[in-house]
Amino acid sequence: MSAAAATPSLRRQAPYLAWRSVIRTVRQPIVIVPPLIFPLFLLAINASGLSAATNIPGFPTDSYLAFALAFPFMQGSIFATNTAGTNVAQDIGSGFFNRLALTPMSGPSLLVGQLTGVLLIGMLQAVAFLAAGLAAGASIQSGVLGALVLFLLSLCICAAFGAIGLFAGLRTGSAEAVQGLFPLMFILLFLSSATLPRDLIASDWYRTVATINPVSYLIEGLRSLIITGWDFQALALGFGVAIAIFVVGIWGSTIALRNRMERT
Amino acid sequence: MEAGNGIEAKGLVREFKNGPRAVDGIDLRVEPGEIYGFLGPNGAGKSTTVHMLTTLLPPTAGTATVAGYDIVTDGAAVRDAIGVALQDAALDLLLTGREHMKLQGGLHGLSSEEIATRGDALLQRVGLAEAADRRVGGYSGGMKRRLDLALALIHSPRILFLDEPTTGLDVQSRAALWDEVSGLARRDGVTVFLTTQYLEEADALADRVGIIDRGNLVAEGTPAALKAQIGRPTLEAVPVDTAQKERLETVLAGFGDPLPVSNGSAAVRLADGTEELADVVRRLDSEGIKVADLQLHAPSLDDVFLAKTGRSLEGAGDEEQVEQETGEEAEVTA
Repeated sequence: MSAAAATPSLRRQAPYLAWRSVIRTVRQPIVIVPPLIFPLFLLAINASGLSAATNIPGFPTDSYLAFALAFPFMQGSIFATNTAGTNVAQDIGSGFFNRLALTPMSGPSLLVGQLTGVLLIGMLQAVAFLAAGLAAGASIQSGVLGALVLFLLSLCICAAFGAIGLFAGLRTGSAEAVQGLFPLMFILLFLSSATLPRDLIASDWYRTVATINPVSYLIEGLRSLIITGWDFQALALGFGVAIAIFVVGIWGSTIALRNRMERT
Repeated sequence: MEAGNGIEAKGLVREFKNGPRAVDGIDLRVEPGEIYGFLGPNGAGKSTTVHMLTTLLPPTAGTATVAGYDIVTDGAAVRDAIGVALQDAALDLLLTGREHMKLQGGLHGLSSEEIATRGDALLQRVGLAEAADRRVGGYSGGMKRRLDLALALIHSPRILFLDEPTTGLDVQSRAALWDEVSGLARRDGVTVFLTTQYLEEADALADRVGIIDRGNLVAEGTPAALKAQIGRPTLEAVPVDTAQKERLETVLAGFGDPLPVSNGSAAVRLADGTEELADVVRRLDSEGIKVADLQLHAPSLDDVFLAKTGRSLEGAGDEEQVEQETGEEAEVTA
């Protein structure tokens, strides 16, 4: 049997890298706690400070808490960019990446493995945010099945932003550069329909930016399940944009990985 | 021993952007089961050579085969045949020693049973059985190096690359690692390619030594043969009265070739070997030069390095490090 023929498959390798990613995640409370706490903190501020917005004619719900509940899901996903990118950049900086490159590890195994830890955090976030929202009085208009779809869309968004983080980490090899993306992501979040429905944004430029901002469609997909029920157009756009961002992120990561792993 | 356990390189070159040729046309051949010491100062091109031979870095020119596989066209097969411990023991500080074995074994395609059996045996062998379930972040430098060695061996490689495996280790840890590496070659027939900047390490471990300087292989042979090329011992004397140093140098120059030394002493490579020692002492006595210390040195690998490059190995790397750091470091880590 040639050595090349003995090369383990993606199916065998990816679980080991995923296992490592999960272990790393659960052993770093600093990676888990902020993505859980900060979004809830902002939710509390928004829900109490902006509740008067429900008085605006045409506002889609009388509970600003329910309206704003999609916000922490999105904000938590932005942390995924940071976590995924920082992890891979640290591996490059420490030389651990070379250790992996010296095994028969395939590129896709690394990408899948690295995203697993991010998805774990995403899952914890989804449970925590939903539980907090329900405990504070929000309800899910789409019911139990809708809550499951909310989890699924939330995980898709985490994977999408995680893939962007992977790309940044692999491209730059610098944890600092990855962390530099964080403010940019926040600007995208605030320039979306996160705090007001797009049709109620009075300022033209703000409404235009929110309309071309893909984050708006992710938030609207999540929000539709909470305040509307089953809005298939919003869901299709939400899942579509998440998948598109994921594909772009993975495509960029694959190229960056190929360049980074210059091995023959 | 298998014929396919060797390493052969022909005209191996690696050029970096905006930098000099880190490796400038190296030819070498390592026989199966041999411990080959690759000796040179920092920045000489040792690590770049290892990165090329282990497929982490494609050569700019030249060819090489490792375990019978071409490093450029058959990288995956090369990686499957080799174990590598790079210069920095790159470990995940959040994982335990045993978890590292599991990850490394899994990526090499070993079954869970193989990973458990072989992992435990290797951890035992490198003296980490008790620390196996502790996170690596709490390991000492020596423990990390030993774990690195065990990880390199998890898939039973035929060839082992060790890039400065004992740099920064204390004497005891270094000796333990030497024993293990020596045993791998003698007992298990593993071919070992070892880079080092320590003369005594190359002397103690290597069957053959290649001396690299500024990307070129300047000498190659067994430590004994290389020292025999230099042949003559050196004599170093320290005058009691530093004012007599110049006279001391003049007297010694009459017995051979003067050598550059610091710290107020004078040294000479004796033209006719150790028999001249008595004559030197008599002459110093007759000249009234009192010496505080007189030492006769057998030729060392440093003498070989000095003879081949005109510089001493110690400190030779500093200037080269500065020259090459920008280009090499930036790309090797890639």
